[in-house]
Amino acid sequence: MRANTWAGRNKVKVRDVPDPKILNDRDAIVRITSTAICGSDLHLLDGYVPTMQDGDIMGHEFMGEVVEVGRGVDPDRVRVGDRIVVPFPIACGACGACAAKLYSCCENSNPNAGIAEKMFGHPVAGIFGYSHLTGGFAGGQAQYARVPFADVGPLKIEPDLTDEQVLFLSDILPTGYMGAEMCDIQPSDVVAVWGAGPVGQFAMDSARVLGAAKVIAIDKEPYRLQMAERAGHTPVNFEEVDVRSRLLELTGGRGPDKCIDAVGMEASHGSAHVHAYDRIKQAVRSETERPHALRQAILSCRSGGIVSVIGVYGGFLDKFPAGAWMNRALTLRTGQCHVQRYMKPLLQRIERGEIDPTRVITHTLPLDQAERGFEIFKNKQDNCEKVVLKP
Amino acid sequence: MTQLATREAAQARQEDVRRRGRRLGWMSLGLGVAQLAAPDTVRRISGVDDSSASRTVVPLVGARELVHAAGLLTSRRKGIWAWTRVMGDAMDLASLGVAIAHRGGRRRRRLVGVTAAIVGITVVDLLTAVQATRVRRISSAPAVRGLREGGSMELTATTTIRKPPLEVYAFWRDLDNLPTFMAHLEEVRATGDRTSHWSASAPFGKNVEWDAEIIDEATGERIAWRSTGNAAVPNAGTVRFVPAPGGVSTEVHVVMSYDVPGGAVGKAVARYFGEEPHQQLDDDLRRLKQALETGQVVRSEGAPWGKRARKEFPQRPAQPLSDSELSKGPQA
Repeated sequence: MRANTWAGRNKVKVRDVPDPKILNDRDAIVRITSTAICGSDLHLLDGYVPTMQDGDIMGHEFMGEVVEVGRGVDPDRVRVGDRIVVPFPIACGACGACAAKLYSCCENSNPNAGIAEKMFGHPVAGIFGYSHLTGGFAGGQAQYARVPFADVGPLKIEPDLTDEQVLFLSDILPTGYMGAEMCDIQPSDVVAVWGAGPVGQFAMDSARVLGAAKVIAIDKEPYRLQMAERAGHTPVNFEEVDVRSRLLELTGGRGPDKCIDAVGMEASHGSAHVHAYDRIKQAVRSETERPHALRQAILSCRSGGIVSVIGVYGGFLDKFPAGAWMNRALTLRTGQCHVQRYMKPLLQRIERGEIDPTRVITHTLPLDQAERGFEIFKNKQDNCEKVVLKP
Repeated sequence: MTQLATREAAQARQEDVRRRGRRLGWMSLGLGVAQLAAPDTVRRISGVDDSSASRTVVPLVGARELVHAAGLLTSRRKGIWAWTRVMGDAMDLASLGVAIAHRGGRRRRRLVGVTAAIVGITVVDLLTAVQATRVRRISSAPAVRGLREGGSMELTATTTIRKPPLEVYAFWRDLDNLPTFMAHLEEVRATGDRTSHWSASAPFGKNVEWDAEIIDEATGERIAWRSTGNAAVPNAGTVRFVPAPGGVSTEVHVVMSYDVPGGAVGKAVARYFGEEPHQQLDDDLRRLKQALETGQVVRSEGAPWGKRARKEFPQRPAQPLSDSELSKGPQA
């Protein structure tokens, strides 16, 4: 089959690879009909997430048709011929973390838990196409994929919905939604979202659905801010204005009640020398993150507010504003999305028309053009917001 | 237990050597100060007050003594500094030898006395240096080095499994199950109610087999076993099954000990356990948890052979296996 693979730092390559095979009894093989490039794939692309190897199949947002199931798969949950969306964290459904619905912290699904434990203190779940730290699972930017614990995570989809409407249930829609949910939104809340990429857009939509009074979008790309504005959110361009003063202006001096970091480890900064400081430290690997968005969110949030982090961090950061966080009674909430928790309720919101996931799609390319997809997405060319790949 | 005793003994010995090193340091300090402050007195006592060269040499030797003193009193690495003293002693004895050869009478008698004293000190220095070096070697990287030269090793690990104690106990008590999660085992076969025959897989040393017996057990609570007869790697283990708070899960606490011989088997075992031996046991328990909670050891494309995961780094790429790779299996 054809698959998009990591080929060294800043290089992906679509290659011929063997077809997937059942390795565990509860595996299913899926013929992929739609897959996507995620912002977090960019952290893999440039090598900031460790333990990538040449030839690793990328991709953790995919859906398709079940073509084969292992003998241990519960037929009441999934059968050959089913159309399913696959959540990006692999979860066993039986461990303590899964019982607590902390699916992205599944204690069993990562065969390389030992490395993850070294890096993070405790292991994390396996993730499709997301380095060997999270298990070394082949990803979904391919014609076929093996899906472990097929009777736990995947969600069956009826034929009346298009791929585009449901594909993002695999990651970015639940991730954005969890970012908003962690904010414990009240009707009087102003919610500021750093990053107007696809996850940021869905965090904004979710904040509105959950009842926020006002939602603010912070980014530097005019086309992304326009996209947020068209969806009814208030844009702030950090290259044009001072974010803190603009946020004070927009909130009568209080600061946003809730702040969402949908940027993560590779943020840009309006101030060239601050950016250079972190960029250099990151390039020489003396810190792994460029945490401007997180720092700014903590400094901007009103006292007693919540800072919710859904942007991906991989290691260690410097200059964490612990003073602001502690003295102003802020709450920091975070996590890789526990996708399985949100798929069904969000599917219902899609069916009811409360959220339209298709609004972020700007490009649809054949799988063979994955390389070009990564290039325009990374460099924000051609007003690229979200790339869907068709195998 | 034996390992603990060894470690404690090593620590006591190390402390003893440190104390002696410090004492030598104070002696160096005294000598150095005397040689610098009252060189003429020192020259007279040593019987070299007739030589003009000694006027230069004695303060220099004093300065050198101060260097020894600083090293021995401040550094934790007494071994190296004790060796510098040994070298100093050698220099002193050489110059004393030259001095004796050129003198007679009262001066010669004094020189012989001083030389005898220095020979005594040299013996103490040499002893301290050798012991400090040896203690250091034993106490650094105890497990691995201990293994290479043979020795005993004790590993502990623990995990929590979301199954009742009785079920976890029953899985473990069916000894045939052990190789599914214990990476170093090829096969365990029950030969009687409490006796069994074990064989290790290739990385643990080829053709290592032994018999074992259960020496203590309480249903749902614990199993203790040990190898019997002439095992190449005598070993013993205890596993306890403790209800976790909340009443749903079971804490599994394992202690394993190995008497690792020297030679080829010892080397293979050392290589198998690597730099962080306890991690192998941690991984064994992770797989036990997978087997009990999900029914199987979890496999990925990067780590398709489950229990061999750690030994495969860097792993094969995260892409599907070819048919031939799959049919060849883990030994390919």
